[in-house]
Amino acid sequence: MKRHIISILIENEAGALSRVAGLFSARGYNIETLTVAPTEDASMSRMTVVTSGSDEIIEQITKQINKLIDVVKLVNLSESTHIERELMMVKCRAIADKREDINRLCDRFRGNILDETPTSFVIELTGEKSKLDDFLKGISEDHIIEVVRSGTTGILCGERGFNA
Amino acid sequence: MELSGAEIVVRCLRDEGVEYIFGYPGGSVLHIYDALFQQDDVRHILVRHEQGATHAADGYARSTGKPGVVLVTSGPGATNAVTGIATAFMDSIPLVVLTGQVPRAVIGSDAFQECDTIGITRPCVKHNFLVSDLSKLAETIKKAFYIATTGRPGPVVVDIPKDITDPKVKIPYEYPKTVDIRSYQPKVKGHPGQIKKAVDLLLTARQPMIYSGGGVILGNASQALIDLTRFLEFPITQTLMGLGAYPATDRQFLGMLGMHGTYEANMGMHQCDVLLAIGARFDDRVTGKLTQFCPDAKIIHIDVDPASISKTVRVDIPIVGEVQFVLEEMMALLKAADFKGSSQDISEWWASIERWRALDCLSFDRNSRRIKPQRVIEELWEVTGGHAFVTSDVGQHQMWAAQYYKFDAPRRWINSGGLGTMGFGLPAAIGVKLGHPEADVACITGEASIQMCIQELATALQYRTGVKVINLNNGYMGMVRQWQEFSYESRYSESYLETLPDFVRLAEAYGHVGIKVDQPCDVRPALEEAFRMKDRTVFLDILTDPSENVYPMIEAGKGHHEMRMAPGVSTDTELS
Ligand SMILES: Cc1cc2nc3c(=O)[nH]c(=O)nc-3n(C[C@H](O)[C@H](O)[C@H](O)COP(=O)(O)OP(=O)(O)OC[C@H]3O[C@@H](n4cnc5c(N)ncnc54)[C@H](O)[C@@H]3O)c2cc1C
Ligand SMILES: Cc1ncc(C[n+]2csc(CCOP(=O)(O)OP(=O)(O)O)c2C)c(N)n1
Ligand SMILES: [Mg+2]
Repeated sequence: MKRHIISILIENEAGALSRVAGLFSARGYNIETLTVAPTEDASMSRMTVVTSGSDEIIEQITKQINKLIDVVKLVNLSESTHIERELMMVKCRAIADKREDINRLCDRFRGNILDETPTSFVIELTGEKSKLDDFLKGISEDHIIEVVRSGTTGILCGERGFNA
Repeated sequence: MELSGAEIVVRCLRDEGVEYIFGYPGGSVLHIYDALFQQDDVRHILVRHEQGATHAADGYARSTGKPGVVLVTSGPGATNAVTGIATAFMDSIPLVVLTGQVPRAVIGSDAFQECDTIGITRPCVKHNFLVSDLSKLAETIKKAFYIATTGRPGPVVVDIPKDITDPKVKIPYEYPKTVDIRSYQPKVKGHPGQIKKAVDLLLTARQPMIYSGGGVILGNASQALIDLTRFLEFPITQTLMGLGAYPATDRQFLGMLGMHGTYEANMGMHQCDVLLAIGARFDDRVTGKLTQFCPDAKIIHIDVDPASISKTVRVDIPIVGEVQFVLEEMMALLKAADFKGSSQDISEWWASIERWRALDCLSFDRNSRRIKPQRVIEELWEVTGGHAFVTSDVGQHQMWAAQYYKFDAPRRWINSGGLGTMGFGLPAAIGVKLGHPEADVACITGEASIQMCIQELATALQYRTGVKVINLNNGYMGMVRQWQEFSYESRYSESYLETLPDFVRLAEAYGHVGIKVDQPCDVRPALEEAFRMKDRTVFLDILTDPSENVYPMIEAGKGHHEMRMAPGVSTDTELS
C-alpha cells in the first residue's frame, strides 16, 4: 500500500472535478487529498490526487483517470524525482510558557505566525506531509484549536515540464 | 445558412447520416420536435417508454454498426433513459443520447422537470456534455458522434437546455467536417514489438486457446479473426458478447466459455499453455474463480482500452490497439515466419479437446413430453436457416439462445451481457428490424422479461416492424429459480409469477398475431407460420418445461474445470 501522488492536467470544463472524484468513489479507490487549481494555460486545470494502493490498483487508477475524455495528461509523480508541498494553517492555544515553546517550534519548522492574540496563534507552514504531521505532534493535541490543510501538490524536478 | 438551435440539432443529425432517431417528446424538447416535423431526412421512431428508445437505438447500433440516436425530454424522460444508457455502456455500444434540459436561466432552481442529467448519467456514459452556448451546439454534437464511435465505443449524452433551441434565435450553421480533441486520442496500432513477441509465443504453443469477445464485433474484425484462427488451426472459444464473430458451425469453434460455457471450452481454458485474448475483458462470468483461471497459461491480450488490460487477470503480453489492425499485423508476421500451421504439433491437444467435446455437454432429453426450451431454439435455427437476427432478454432463455442458436455471422446475436437488462429484447428487436427491414428478426424472451418493456408492442405496430417474439414461458423467473434450486435448497422466494396475462390476447389487443404452443410437435409449425407472416409481429407463447435448468454451470467460487453438468452427462475423470 504505497502512497502515490498523481498529477492530472484536465480540460477546464464544468464538471471536470466531479468526473475525477466520482471515479474514485464509484470504483472504491482511496483519496487522501485532492487539490484543483488553474494552470499557466487558462484552458486547463491541474488536479493533484494523493492515493494509496497495491501496484495493480494504482495501475488501474491511472488507466481509469487517463480514460476520462477530459484528461489531457497524467503523471504519477511518485515514479520520478519530484517535490511535494502542502500548506497548513494551525490555530493553537498559546498561553504562558507554551507561547515560547510554540515560537521555538515555529522557528525550527520555518513556520510563520500570521495572527496573534494574548491566548492564541495562527501559524502557517508549508512542506511535505510528514513535516506537517511532525509539527502537529510537536504542538501536542490539547493545544490545537483547528487545523486547515490544503492537500498535497507536487512538481517534477529538473528542467522537463509535464506539459511537454 | 442561419438556423435556430432546434434546426441545428436536426441538421447535424442529417449531416451525420442518421436515418432514425428513437424518442419521446416533452416540454424541454418541443422546439426540436417542431424542427423534426418540418423535414423528412431523419425519421423519428416514437416509442412508448424512454427505456424502449434507448434499447431500440441500441439494437439498431449493434446490428448495423452505426451509432444509435435517442431524443428524450428533461427530468423523467432522461431518468427513464438511464437503464438503456447503462446497458449500452456496459457492452460498449455507440449511442448519442440527446436530452432536453430546462432553460439555462433556471438550471439549479429545482425547476419543473429539472434533474441533473449530467450528474445522473456520468457514471454510465463514455462522456457527456451540457451545451452551454448555442455557438457550440454543432461542434458538441459532432464530438459526441466522434467519441461514441471511436476507440472503445460507448454512449454519449448531450444535454441541451431548452433556450438553446429557441426557434427565434438563429446563427450561421456549418457542420464541422472533423474534430480534434487533444485529450482524446484513442490508439489504433498496437506496439510492433509487443505484436512480434506475441507471435513468437504463439509459435511455441502446444496447447493454445483463442478467447475472443465483443471487441471483435465492435471493431468489425470478424474476417481477420477467422483468417488468423484458420491459419493457426487453433481452437477458439467466444464470450457471450463475441458470438458470431467466428462461425459457430465451424469445427475449430468450441462453443461459448464461462459460467454457462461448454465443457470443451472451459476445459480448454483450464489446460491451455498459451491464451490469446482478443477484444474480451476477462469478466467474472467468464473467468470463474480468478486464482484458478488458466493456471498454466502465458496470456496475450489485445484490447483498444488499456484499462481492460490486467484489470482482473494479469497478462504477460498486453497489446493496446484495434483488433483489426493487430490481427492483420500478426498475420503478416506469421506468413513471413513461413509458418505452416501447427496441426502436427498440437494434434494431441486437439485429441484431448475432441474427447471433451464427445461428452456432448449440451445434450438434453429429446423425448420429453414437455416442450424443451433448448429444442425450441434449435428449431428456430432450423426454420430461419441460421440467418436470423436474434435478440434476447435476460435469464435462462438468453443462455439457451446463446448455446443452441449457432451464430455464423457477427452482429446477429443482440443481447445485454454486461448489465443483464430484462426488458431489452423487444425494443432492441424493433431497432434491429428498422436497420434490416428484409431480415428475419426474433426476440427470444421469458414471461418475466417481456413484461418489462411490453408496451413497445405498440411501437412495433406503428412502424410495421414484423418481429417474432418467442416467449419461452416457464412460469418462473427461471434463472432466479435455478439459483434458488442450487443454492437455497429450492426455496423459491418470489420467483414464481402467479398472475400472468393471456399473452395471445394481449398480442391481439396490440394489433398483432398471438399463438399459444403447448405441445412439442406444434413448435415447428408455429415457428414456420410466424416467419411466413413476413410483415406481422407474431407473439409465440410457448409453454416450456418449468423445471429445466441451464447446464453446464460453473457455480460461484469455482474454476473452469469444476463444472456442474446436466443430469445424465457424466464427466469421466480420466478425461480431465
Ligand atoms: C445471465 C447472464 C449470464 C452470463 N453468462 C455468461 C457466460 O457464461 N459466458 C460469457 O462469456 N458471458 C456471460 N455473460 C456475459 C458477461 O456478463 C459479459 O457481458 C461478457 O462476458 C463480456 O464479454 P467480453 O469479454 O467479450 O466483453 P465486451 O463487454 O464485449 O467488451 C469488449 C472488450 O473489447 C474491447 N474492444 C472494443 N472494441 C475494440 C476494438 N475495436 N479493438 C480492440 N478491442 C476492442 C473493449 O475495450 C472491451 O474490453 C452472462 C450475462 C448474463 C446476463
Ligand atoms: C431489470 C432486471 N431486474 C432483475 C434482474 C434479475 N434477473 C435475472 S434473470 C431474471 C429472471 C428472468 O425471468 P424470465 O424473463 O421469465 O426468463 P427465464 O429465466 O425464465 O428464461 C431476473 C429477475 C435483471 N436481470 N434485470
Ligand atoms: Mg421465465
